[in-house]
Parts: sequence; C-alpha cells; structure tokens
Amino acid sequence: MKTHLIIGLLLLSLVGMSGCSGIKPWVKPYERNNLADPIMSLDRHGAAGSYIHHVYQAREGARGAEGGAGGGCGCN
Amino acid sequence: MVREVAVVVTNSSTYNMINKMPFFKAFFVLLITVNSMLMSAVAGTLPVDSVDILYHRYDGGGMEIDGPFILLRKSIGTQVSVNGHYYIDSVSAASIDVVANASEYTEERTEISAGVDFLHEKTMISTGYTNSEENDFEAKSAFLSIGQDFFGDLTKLTMGYARGWDEVGQIESDFSEDVDRQIYKLGVSQVLTKNALMGLDVETISDEGYLNNPYRSYRYFDPADENNFLTAREIYPETRTSTAVAVRGLYYLPYRASIKGEYRYFSDSWGIDAHTYEVLYVHPFGRQWTFEGRVRRYSQTSADFYSDIFSHEGANDFLARDKELSTYTGITYGGGVTYELGQGVIPHVNKLKLTLLVDYLKYEYDNFRDVTAGNGELAAGTEPFYEFDAWVTRASITFEY
Amino acid sequence: MKKSIKSNSILRNFIMTVLISSIAFMAQANELSGAAPDFTLKSNQGKNIRLQELRGQVVMLNFWASWCGPCRQEMPLMDALYKKYEKLGFTILAVNVDEDSADADGFLKSVPVTFPVLYDNDSKVSEIYSVDAMPTTVMIDRDGNKRFLHRGYKEGYEIEYEKQVKKLVRE
Repeated sequence: MKTHLIIGLLLLSLVGMSGCSGIKPWVKPYERNNLADPIMSLDRHGAAGSYIHHVYQAREGARGAEGGAGGGCGCN
Repeated sequence: MVREVAVVVTNSSTYNMINKMPFFKAFFVLLITVNSMLMSAVAGTLPVDSVDILYHRYDGGGMEIDGPFILLRKSIGTQVSVNGHYYIDSVSAASIDVVANASEYTEERTEISAGVDFLHEKTMISTGYTNSEENDFEAKSAFLSIGQDFFGDLTKLTMGYARGWDEVGQIESDFSEDVDRQIYKLGVSQVLTKNALMGLDVETISDEGYLNNPYRSYRYFDPADENNFLTAREIYPETRTSTAVAVRGLYYLPYRASIKGEYRYFSDSWGIDAHTYEVLYVHPFGRQWTFEGRVRRYSQTSADFYSDIFSHEGANDFLARDKELSTYTGITYGGGVTYELGQGVIPHVNKLKLTLLVDYLKYEYDNFRDVTAGNGELAAGTEPFYEFDAWVTRASITFEY
Repeated sequence: MKKSIKSNSILRNFIMTVLISSIAFMAQANELSGAAPDFTLKSNQGKNIRLQELRGQVVMLNFWASWCGPCRQEMPLMDALYKKYEKLGFTILAVNVDEDSADADGFLKSVPVTFPVLYDNDSKVSEIYSVDAMPTTVMIDRDGNKRFLHRGYKEGYEIEYEKQVKKLVRE
C-alpha cells in the first residue's frame, strides 16, 4: 500500500511538471561536455556491471533498485 | 540449484546437514532481465552496436563459479535496436568439511535472452525475454519498460514491469513446484548541474509459490539430548513482497575524474531490512587508461521466521535456516582498470575496450552458526558464527561499431 | 494476489498518462522568421568570420560538439552537401561549442570537413541562438533571415537539409 502511494505521488508530480513548459533547462545542451564524458555514465561496464549485481543478489537477501541510466550528452 | 553437502558427526549419530547456497540463480535471471531494462534506455539515441564478451569468476565460501557472458547489440534502421545475451555459470562446489559421504558437486546453468529497444523522439520502449536452465531449476522472465526524457533532457523517467516464472525441481525426483514473480520499477535520473547527476530508483518485487530451496533444512534441539540437533525440511511462506529504494549521485571532479555515491534501503514482508552503501571513484589517465576503486557495505537484519536453531520441531508456522535470511554484514573492496582504443586501430571498430575488475567480498554472520566447526564436539547452538570471503573477477573485451 | 492485480492496473494507467503527456511535449517548431543575429567568431581557417559579411549567400549554421554522437554521423553528409552547392552561393558554418578547442580539433582529425569551423568556447553565440538541442541547425537565407530549424540529427535529416538548401539557393 505504501509503495503504491510513493510510486503514485512520484508519477503524478512528474506528469504535473511536464505540463510546466515554462521551466527552462538550466544546463544547456552545449554545456553538457562533462556529463557526456564516459566516466560520468551510471552504467560504464555493461555485462560486467550486470554480473556483479547478480553476485550480490545471490549472497544477500536484498534485491532491486540496483541500476540507473540517464545524464549523458542529451543529444537529439 | 547448488547443493553443498557437508556431513557432521556428533556424539551419538551421523546427520546429513544440508547447508547450501540457495536460489541465487533464480535471482540472477531476475537481475539480468531487470538490468537489461535500464541498460538500454539512453537519452535520445539508440544504444551503440556492440559485442561485449565477459569472463566472470566467483571464488569463495567453498564454491567456484565461472563462465562466459556474451552480450550483443545491433541497430536496425534508426529506431530499433535488438540485443541478446548468452550466459553460463559453471559451478563446482566443494564440501566445507567432509567426514563421510564426500560429495564434490558440479553443475552448469545456461541462460539466454533476446530483446528489442524502440526509440521514438524522446521515448524509448524496451522489451525482452530471458530463459535460464539447469538440471533442477528453470526460470523464464519477460519485461517491458518505457523511458522518457523531459526538460531539455535533464530529467529521465523510466518505468518497467517484469514477470517471472520459475519451476523448482529436485534431482532424482519428480518434485516440481512453481514460483510466479512480478516486478515494478520506477526510476528518475536528474541532471543537477554541469557536473552533477542524481538518480532515484524504486523497485517492488512480489513472489508467489514455492519459495524454499528443497534441499535445505532447519535445525532444532534434539529433545533427547540438547547438545545435539535434528533437522527437518524448511517451511516458508508462499508469498514475499519487497521494496527497495535507492538514491545515487554522480559528481564530476574538475581534474577529470568522477565520484559516485549510492545508498539503498530494502524492506520486505518477511521482516528483512537491509542497507547498502557504496562509493565508487573513477580516475582516467589520458583517453586510454581508466582506473577505479570502490567500497561497499551491506547489512541486513533477519527474517521473522529465521533462526539458526529452533527450540523444537515445528516451533513456528514458518521455519528457515537460510543464512541469506539471517543478520549479517558484507564488505566489498574492489578495483579495476580499463584500456581503450579508438577508431582506426581495427577496421570498422569505433572503440575497443579491455576491462579487468577484481572485488574482494567478506561476509560475517551475527546469528548463523557454522555447524561444521569444532568437529562435532561443540554443543548445538554454541558453534562459532559463520563467515566467509570471496574473490570476484571480471575480465572483458568490448567492441563498439 | 489481489494486491498485485490492483497495482497492475494502477501501473498501466500511469504508463498511459506519461506517454500521452509526453506526446504533447514533443511539439517541434521547424519554420523560423526574423533576422539571424550577427556574430563574429574565430575560425579554423585562420581569420575571423562575421555572419553579416556572408549576406547574399545561403548559410547553414550548425552547432556541434566533439562529445556528440549524432554530430559525428552528420558531418560527412554536411560535407557532401557543401561540396555540391558551394558554387551556387551556399556555405556551412559549423559552430563548435566545446570549452576546449583541442577536443574539436581531435574530432576533426578523424572526421575531416572542408567547410569553415568556428569556435564558440564560451557559448555566447549558442546563447544568442537559444540552442536547445545538440546538434542544432539553422538555415539562413540570402537576406540574412532565419528560415528553418533542425533540432538534433537523425538519419534522413540530410534529405530535408538538401531540400531546404535547394529552395533557398533559388531565391
């Protein structure tokens, strides 16, 4: 029940925000050179990255919320 | 599934104590499927065509597991990218402390998957299917996820749903039970400044079915002699619902390096609470060499129905002695190096990357005892707490086209 | 079990909401009007280049960066376009937005082009043109007016570029 509430609120706020086209991006597309650097990637290692999460899931009781994607060059 | 068979001789008789690594492969399928969801959703552009070949190896706690992991991505046109992977776990489990009935155990698990990413403007839709098989366990799963960029690509929202179907078996037996799994994922990543990025992820997993490991037992004090124990098959609830919330931040350091911090909170309907902290530092030298170092700390408190030793048989409705459900802490120290070659060295290849990552894991249990310690001379429930360490090695070569 | 069915439909509703609202978000303006703001920038051909001095020619103003993948794809196609229409009074000005021009030069070594490359290290011109995507292309006619805008680059955009250049060159 609590999780549904959290997820619901998050989604609602984001959908609501998407309507506010008045918010101008504060980091311009031409200012993204550091963010586009491969060392700023949340997932640098592809297969190797997936594998270590597998090792932890096998040894530990916790699971989930391991990954992330985003940032980058923001091209197109 | 993996069985580690250790035999303990006590004063009065011999018991088979089954003490093994539970369902780690069930979770692997989940994991790879789930991570494929996020790996492909990149802002505005399809994933790069690539071939990723990894050799993976886990060495510790009486087990050695290694094998290949091959991941392929190919774009078709400007909107579609297909991917697939092939993975093998080759397991050899040596018994911890063998007195009689020594049993070195080998097994192999194979996993394959196929998926598609579809890009339209700022929306990325991904889907995939995975199948995992070994001689006493089969798992299938499928997922669908949607990624969307907002605010001039400063915000990325990802939502995903996955479904899993496991068939739990037992070798040399007709035993067969099912597990049905549902996963909901929500992720937001936000560019904060020219040098900082943060992410928030929420994931809820719901399992239903036979959630035990059929080879494992719990123990209880022998009513005839409280220095000994007897065993009986575990009884688990038929459902498990868990939620994990993680926050991560990535910062670009002015001399060209990056630092990432992560925290994850986990809680489930079995009473387990866990905290994970991790820090990763990446330091490149020029455009070809990159070094990294990481530290991670994991801690969890036990499930409500877990106990190292119960007072008597059938003490509760549910009884488990799986060490993964106990109270314990795990620390990881890891490092790695990557070497990259750009265009021009190999025809048609834009980038060639060689990576070596090594991690040292150490786990210490607070309420799970090592029954194989003391050669059967220790009274039940007084054995030392279990601990183990492991080395994890990842060596990969990646080609980007 | 009941719980999971309920959250199933809740999730579906939210997916639809996000998709629908994002589709609304995707509006793209392609036609422009008004004078193209003037500027002067250092070029890779030795001298400074001022936009106003190119009045009478059709100018394709392209903003790019060394770290931008689609820019890499676009460059050779732009070069072909330049070679084809240059004699008809057409030029391309590729404004590089890297803070460090060495990154741009490195990129140009592996993707060489024949049209002028300008260096906008402090992003002044990018701001004047309200660049909000990478890459961005603005088509400027012989009178110095902005006519067409392209945000980002996807395979097939070069067909649009050529159509627009052909049209503007005939004016």
